[in-house]
Amino acid sequence: MEWQTWLVSTVSFMLVHGTPLLLATLGEIYAERSGVLNLGIEGMMIMGAYAGFVTAYLTRSPWIGLGVAAAVGCGFSLIHAFASITLRANQVVSGLALTLLGLGLSGVLGRPWGGMPLPNSMPKIMVPVLADIPILGPMLFDGHTLVEYIAILLVPLMWFILFRTKIGISIRSVGEDPATADSLGVNVKRVRYLCVAVGGILAGIAGGYLAVSYRPAWTEGMTGGMGWIVIALTIFAFWNPVIGLAGAYLFAALYHLSFRLQPWVSPELLQALPYVFAIVVLVFVSRGSLQRRMGAPAALTIPYTRGED
Amino acid sequence: MTRANWIRIERRPTLSPWVVLGVSVAAIAAALIAAGIFFKAYGVSPWRAYHLIITGALGSKVGIAETARRTIPLLLIGVGLTVAFRALFWNIGAEGQLLVGAIAATGVALFVPMPEFLRLPVMFVAGFVGGAMWGLVPAVLKVKFGINDVISTLMLNYVAGFIVQWLILGPWKGPTARGFAYTDKFPASAMIPRIPGTTVHWPTLILGVLAAVIAYVWVARTRQGFEIRVVGENPHAAQYAGISQTKVVLAVMLVSGGLAGLAGVGEVAGVQRMLLDPAKLSLGYGYTAIIVAWLARRNPLAVIVTSALFGVIMAGGDVIKVSLGLPFQLVNVFNGLILFFLIGSEMFMRYRVSFAWRKR
Repeated sequence: MEWQTWLVSTVSFMLVHGTPLLLATLGEIYAERSGVLNLGIEGMMIMGAYAGFVTAYLTRSPWIGLGVAAAVGCGFSLIHAFASITLRANQVVSGLALTLLGLGLSGVLGRPWGGMPLPNSMPKIMVPVLADIPILGPMLFDGHTLVEYIAILLVPLMWFILFRTKIGISIRSVGEDPATADSLGVNVKRVRYLCVAVGGILAGIAGGYLAVSYRPAWTEGMTGGMGWIVIALTIFAFWNPVIGLAGAYLFAALYHLSFRLQPWVSPELLQALPYVFAIVVLVFVSRGSLQRRMGAPAALTIPYTRGED
Repeated sequence: MTRANWIRIERRPTLSPWVVLGVSVAAIAAALIAAGIFFKAYGVSPWRAYHLIITGALGSKVGIAETARRTIPLLLIGVGLTVAFRALFWNIGAEGQLLVGAIAATGVALFVPMPEFLRLPVMFVAGFVGGAMWGLVPAVLKVKFGINDVISTLMLNYVAGFIVQWLILGPWKGPTARGFAYTDKFPASAMIPRIPGTTVHWPTLILGVLAAVIAYVWVARTRQGFEIRVVGENPHAAQYAGISQTKVVLAVMLVSGGLAGLAGVGEVAGVQRMLLDPAKLSLGYGYTAIIVAWLARRNPLAVIVTSALFGVIMAGGDVIKVSLGLPFQLVNVFNGLILFFLIGSEMFMRYRVSFAWRKR
């Protein structure tokens, strides 16, 4: 039946396209929960994509590619951490600088690799037994890579750490009231460094995933603004990994919709749709009492020094 | 609980302009060294690269003209951004505001019948209004719904880019463009005059300098300028003093967006003389101008100097692209580095850092 194939292809696409958005959003949630806004997602993602592609190409292993992408993302995020935590620089400007640097560096270093396809992309798997379930099987358990499932599994894990463990309490207290956290013996700077690094690792993997699995090739600027959507998703998610999951797949569905509508509306206008939608969604969640109850971490973007306000 | 204090950080009581200048110059020098290491790693002698950038951008009439051409949009946008940043409104959307200004000017140039002597002035007005409208959207979203300005301004850049693409591929595609994606060439009455033999559209340059002076007076000498500074420096005090944050945000974005719109008019009517692909139209002026405004320490007058500096970097980037075969993206690496060193150095401006080598 036609609606069945339509449903299967839509959900299947959501799962694939939502994965990089979800991974990077989870990371940014941790960074922002600890009080550090990192607008460099786009830069870390594109560096991850570049490093992941080149490594996977040379080693013939997409997994090593993802590993190196994670390391590069982490290294890049530490620049931001150093500037904003240690040097107390303005976080907005530092994040923008990171994005500029990432786009520039990947553009220069990646030029010899431009347009090259990756011969050995991430293998697609079929989950035995589950793949035989009608509709659900082909939708969720056939033709995906392991990364899609890992991303989903990270959601409960990261939610649990953030809201049910001592580490999570440290992270949130550092983001809400660093002075009190400090007086209770939490090392504010260390927690912030670690959270920014987690954000970098996940953004790097998200970019790497784009280059070794989603579209196995390297093209300059291939993240195409995804990093900024991630920033919007983090707000949309109220800094909660579970809502982040819903948001990432919602956006993926919207991308899919913009492909589907092409026979009727010109493709350029449809491509603008996700960006318009990001704004509309933020307007939507800003209404009502939710915003006040689940607002941004109180110390977001504010550097902390002991003994100074 | 005593630890050896080998670094001492004290707040500077006052900020002298010489400290600001010294730290800024040191930051740029550090960025040059870092970029030099990158050149070296890429197999290019940094001396040769910098020599080429300077001689290419300033050593000939053609080079100076190229530098001036790139300075114009950076100046207009940079001045607007200093005003927005003063009120702590993060306008990262100048790129989109430039494009909408270009769209508005193109509409007037190609499709509105009117006496020809009026066409250029109306184009400038339309461009300003277009950019201002595009800039007011995130301003309204912020004051009415509390939407993060960084995100909304950025998203609108993408939207504006796709609208330009849609126009040049669809309704505004020029019948004489022979299948290419751009509009028809502007009529002579819609072209901004240039210095002969160059692409320097001097009336826009004059406009930029005027804008810098007017913005300086506005921010430094008027009541509203005072309100802008209070909102930016101490929002709580602004609230108690009865200053309307809404009014301030709308005012700065009207000006910031409008000036970016004027830059868009300059690019279509002065340089390209048609509407074409957004990536060719703008070259990232909206993003580079953020650094221009930050380096100017949010002082509109200083933008005249900093925009020229980045005009040199952009024109020089073109030169090393051609003569050394390096990608133009190198300019972004360079810009990113400068920005990092700038903000990293700010701590050295606000604080006096001294090193005690002997342990106590």
